[in-house]
Amino acid sequence: MSLTALSTAESVPADVPLLRVAGLTKMYGHLPGCLDVSFEMRAGEVLGIVGESGSGKTTLLNCISGKLPPTCGSIAFNARRHGLTDIYALSEPDRRRMQREDWGFVHQNPRDGLRMRVSGGANVAEPLMNLGQRHYGAMRSATTDWLGRVELDLARVDDKPRNFSGGMQQRIQIARNLIHNPRLVFMDEPTGGLDVSVQARLLDLLRELVRDMGLAAIIVTHDMAVARLMADRLMVMKGGHVVETGLADQVLDDPQHPYTQLLVSSVLQI
Amino acid sequence: MTAPPTTPNAPANSEERYYNYAYLDEQTKRMIRRAILKALAVPGYQVPFGSREMPVPYGWGTGGIQLTAAIIGPDDVYKCIDQGADDTTNAVSIRRFFATVADVATTEDTGAATIIQSRHRIPERPLEDGQVMVFQVPQPEPLRGLEPRETETRAMHAYAEYGLQYVSLYENISAFGRIAGGAGYPVLIDERYLMSPSPIPKFDNPKMDMCPAILLFGAGREKRIYAVPPYTRVRSLDFEDYPFEVQSWEQCCALCAATDSYLDEVVLDDQNNRMFVCSDSNHCATRRAQGHAGPMAGHSLAHLDEEPAQ
Repeated sequence: MSLTALSTAESVPADVPLLRVAGLTKMYGHLPGCLDVSFEMRAGEVLGIVGESGSGKTTLLNCISGKLPPTCGSIAFNARRHGLTDIYALSEPDRRRMQREDWGFVHQNPRDGLRMRVSGGANVAEPLMNLGQRHYGAMRSATTDWLGRVELDLARVDDKPRNFSGGMQQRIQIARNLIHNPRLVFMDEPTGGLDVSVQARLLDLLRELVRDMGLAAIIVTHDMAVARLMADRLMVMKGGHVVETGLADQVLDDPQHPYTQLLVSSVLQI
Repeated sequence: MTAPPTTPNAPANSEERYYNYAYLDEQTKRMIRRAILKALAVPGYQVPFGSREMPVPYGWGTGGIQLTAAIIGPDDVYKCIDQGADDTTNAVSIRRFFATVADVATTEDTGAATIIQSRHRIPERPLEDGQVMVFQVPQPEPLRGLEPRETETRAMHAYAEYGLQYVSLYENISAFGRIAGGAGYPVLIDERYLMSPSPIPKFDNPKMDMCPAILLFGAGREKRIYAVPPYTRVRSLDFEDYPFEVQSWEQCCALCAATDSYLDEVVLDDQNNRMFVCSDSNHCATRRAQGHAGPMAGHSLAHLDEEPAQ
């Protein structure tokens, strides 16, 4: 991986990766989820994982984000508290705390990532409370600040998520996952299920936020346009294997693997 | 309950009584006592126990009745209150139950009781050393409303991850401008376990802090027992800029003029007439016997306590 370090945050020494995945394999019984995946990520880098349905994208994401222990291989993350550590070697409370402090996870379906029974404002403020913030006024202003940054109507801060449209719910979810200033954000099809105009605005917003905050992000998508817009680097998966990896423009403009060529050529042109 | 054919002075476990002393069999009481000891050893932790079928439906105090049955002895003096009152149907029935199955003396006097079973209230009179307070709990899990997964709430208790509970307080403030939860207000026991203090009003939360009595909580349907041992710190959750506060009333008690007790609003007619009276009937009666008189003293409601309690 010579093409990894595009930008590095000052706090992280350039030679220490933010995330190092080595030989990651997940088997579901005798069925492969993902096979022998290895890569490194630096701070501030956006990695796109593309591929067809069933190619192992989501399995890979779940393994990396600590939700699904892999069958073999290791995932080391450079956490604020622990330095570069294997996340599955941490004790459960330590791992959960690291997930709360250093990570965000944007689900495809906002219902999976939001608490539907509490207001949008409380959803956005929850990560702060999980990190020990106990001052209502401070949380309230941080929440309104973030709802402004994701371009939501501040008058609706106390509405329940079910009263928002899909695109707005997704914006709430994004605010909720960025408010605690994470180091790494996982996004599973963040714009899936949204119409193209809403999708475009959301992507624009996401790209801006990620650039402004110098966030590292892993974006799983089957949408080549999303990959092109968001990702610095791409990994193409098929049948659980990573078949091609490289800079996003390079992979999309000059695909080498037959499957990548098929994938790129099957994007509809208008 | 159909009365079993008893000779009045027969010991409760003699053959003609048809049931064991205090209703439950000895093995069950032993199992519950073990759970109680564990609960006392880990204050605020919800100990699972094998809850039994009781002769009342779930929701009528099966958890509290099992706790009482496990700890009661012939020397105890038993008091049972419901919403603070000694004379409501539920309280009278449970008190009569234990008078029958455990041969204990019953009382309405908070100071004279050794075991006080309650739902919804802690008596106004401060509890003392040697007293045991038994609470009937419908939902022992304070995080349930926000996190439906039991596996997840258990992990949150295990790792003391209680940020989620503050989400409900945050919701309250953003909706009502204050922490509005009136009952079952979450508390932190000895700065470790988050606990739901049964649905007692938050007015009673401060009474649990450093309380000399043992506080036992039993949830029959949910099969959980938890406890606060004597002299344990009990802190109600709050925000730095929205500190915990209890309910207050502009009126005093209409019958006994108490200004420091929890008041129930009683609607008198359809002309918007109402009165506020002490929810703790024993406290109110005691004060009236001492000569305190509120603005509506002598009202017909004040004579209710002249009916004999069972």
